[in-house]
Amino acid sequence: MAKAKGKVTFDEARCKGCGLCVTVCPVGIIKLDTSRINVKGYHPATVDEMDKCIGCANCATMCPDVIISVERE
Amino acid sequence: MAKVLMKGNEAVGAAAIKAGCKYFFGYPITPQNEVPEYMSKELPKIGGSFVQAESEVAAINMVYGAAGAGVRVMTSSSSPGIALKQEGISYIAGAELPCVIVNMMRGGPGLGSIQSSQSDYFQATRGGGNGDYRTLVYAPANVQELVDYTMKAFDMADYYRNPVLVLGDGMIGQMMEPIEFKETEKMDLPEKDWATTGTKGARKPNIVNSLRLQAPELEALNQKIEAKYMEMEEKEVIYESYKLEDAEIVFVAYGTVSRITKNAIDLLEQEGIKAGLIRPITLWPFPNKAFAEIPATAKALMSVEMSQGGQMIDDVKIANEGRLPIGFYGRSGGMVPAPQAIVEAAKELLGGVK
Amino acid sequence: MAVVFNKTQGLTEKEFHYCPGCTHGIIHRITAEVLEELGVLGDAIGVAPVGCSVLAYDYFNCDMNEAAHGRAPAVATGIKRALPDKVVFTYQGDGDLASIGAAEVVHAAHRGEKITTIFVNNAIYGMTGGQMAPTTLVGQKATTAPYGRDESLCGQPLKVSEMLATINGAAFVERVAVDTPANIRKAKKAIKKAFECQLEGKGYAIVEVLSTCPTNWGMTPVDAISWLQENMMPYYPMGNLRNPWEVE
Repeated sequence: MAKAKGKVTFDEARCKGCGLCVTVCPVGIIKLDTSRINVKGYHPATVDEMDKCIGCANCATMCPDVIISVERE
Repeated sequence: MAKVLMKGNEAVGAAAIKAGCKYFFGYPITPQNEVPEYMSKELPKIGGSFVQAESEVAAINMVYGAAGAGVRVMTSSSSPGIALKQEGISYIAGAELPCVIVNMMRGGPGLGSIQSSQSDYFQATRGGGNGDYRTLVYAPANVQELVDYTMKAFDMADYYRNPVLVLGDGMIGQMMEPIEFKETEKMDLPEKDWATTGTKGARKPNIVNSLRLQAPELEALNQKIEAKYMEMEEKEVIYESYKLEDAEIVFVAYGTVSRITKNAIDLLEQEGIKAGLIRPITLWPFPNKAFAEIPATAKALMSVEMSQGGQMIDDVKIANEGRLPIGFYGRSGGMVPAPQAIVEAAKELLGGVK
Repeated sequence: MAVVFNKTQGLTEKEFHYCPGCTHGIIHRITAEVLEELGVLGDAIGVAPVGCSVLAYDYFNCDMNEAAHGRAPAVATGIKRALPDKVVFTYQGDGDLASIGAAEVVHAAHRGEKITTIFVNNAIYGMTGGQMAPTTLVGQKATTAPYGRDESLCGQPLKVSEMLATINGAAFVERVAVDTPANIRKAKKAIKKAFECQLEGKGYAIVEVLSTCPTNWGMTPVDAISWLQENMMPYYPMGNLRNPWEVE
């Protein structure tokens, strides 16, 4: 069975870098980008390997600042 | 309309209903229990709601909620209970909500007594709660005035979006007098478009709130509220002047004590001493302008209050602007001044006035 | 691709002021989603507390009142009595509800007021700087319990849900947590039931939500979640304590 394909979008400027999304991603693709800081002064959450995203919305469910939107095929 | 004989506390309730109040939140305390009792009996008949709250603190916060929902609402209590309501009164003033609060004063401090008193003058006129706010305060002297000013209080509360206090005492709450419910002129009142009634998706959310975290915003709110108080001072002062012409001594008394003082004035007249009375009907704003009517014949003022040492006397001093000597006669703890005692105090004051 | 998760209309565009990792935001979101899903956003009137969520009135996209500390259930009572057809809710923290507002919540439940309370329990006073709450665990440090909560002086933490479940007017009582996506989904279901309880006129409804305070607990947001799981959950067991539909 082919895995569902998903896509997450972060409203990066509103991210507070709390990292809760990182801990709940079942495919482990979210990380805090320590090479950058956003306008709030935090390392924003980001995804490099979006093709691995399954669109489960765990990250968005856990995000306290409601900055993540999720799409799925 | 024919006159009916009613007890003060019940007349307050009837007047409130007549003024369109369908919601009452209260807590038992003597000597005002007939107000909640009356409302618990009458409000269900007109589709309103009565709640006996768990405390005065809760009752006034229920008033806050109902007032925020845009309805006419009232609470009543007596001195220690009004002290507990001060938190809510301050929030109501800060959130600019209209409501009517009745205080049938009893003796204090503390649990005090259940008898009549006027020792909450400071609490009523200075505000017992925190912050820069005022409440319009009506001090009726008889049950008819209690009815009239309770009805007027609802209009004033809606007009100014501010709590209005009706300040009586145990005597006026408990006494029965013939009254009539007069048809009053309908005031042109602004629509309550600020009330939280549900957006219906048709407007932006309304927020009922006294919090202003940014200092300039809170100052702006205070300035807005202060402007209302200045308008009240200009437009809402009510007082009665009685036999001021040629008076040698001018009493200042309010509420039930003003009636006793009128008896004392008659007794003094029989002894050839001319005495008059300034009776503040609004305690805040205080009728400073009444003191301009005091004739040149006056040698002294005397504040007569059911209070030990006097509270209103401070406002009398402000209004007097240092012109005349000011005496005081008062009883406290539920003791009521007798006319003859006021006469003796007046004669003593006049004897000492050069 | 189809959008499977987007921000609810139940929240305004205003950014939350909460500290990073504070779970208030999650609880705001699921409450707002429930209001939207039930189609009652236009009829909803919320009451915000004093505490960290004092500014909740800026975040919920419906009419809101800001109450004095602890008085939200009394304010909500006044609103609901004046407008019985509206959907009235309070959003309160543990200092607000379990301490200064204990009388108001008990008696709103006792009268069976048809209102819904979202009760956020993070075992501490957040806004004022980490002081001890009635819900602070024994041994847990707080700025007014620098040696940890001493049971002999401060008693054991108050179990609000269990207490309210003894009151017949409290028709719906459930304790949930927002520590994992699965528990967040359960929490949302409970909140939905708590509003349905009001819509069906069954009585007072409260959902206690175990929540974190990374800042005042002195932990990272991720560690705070673990601390909640290891320390709060054993003392504050999750589950339904009153359900009006099961009784029938």
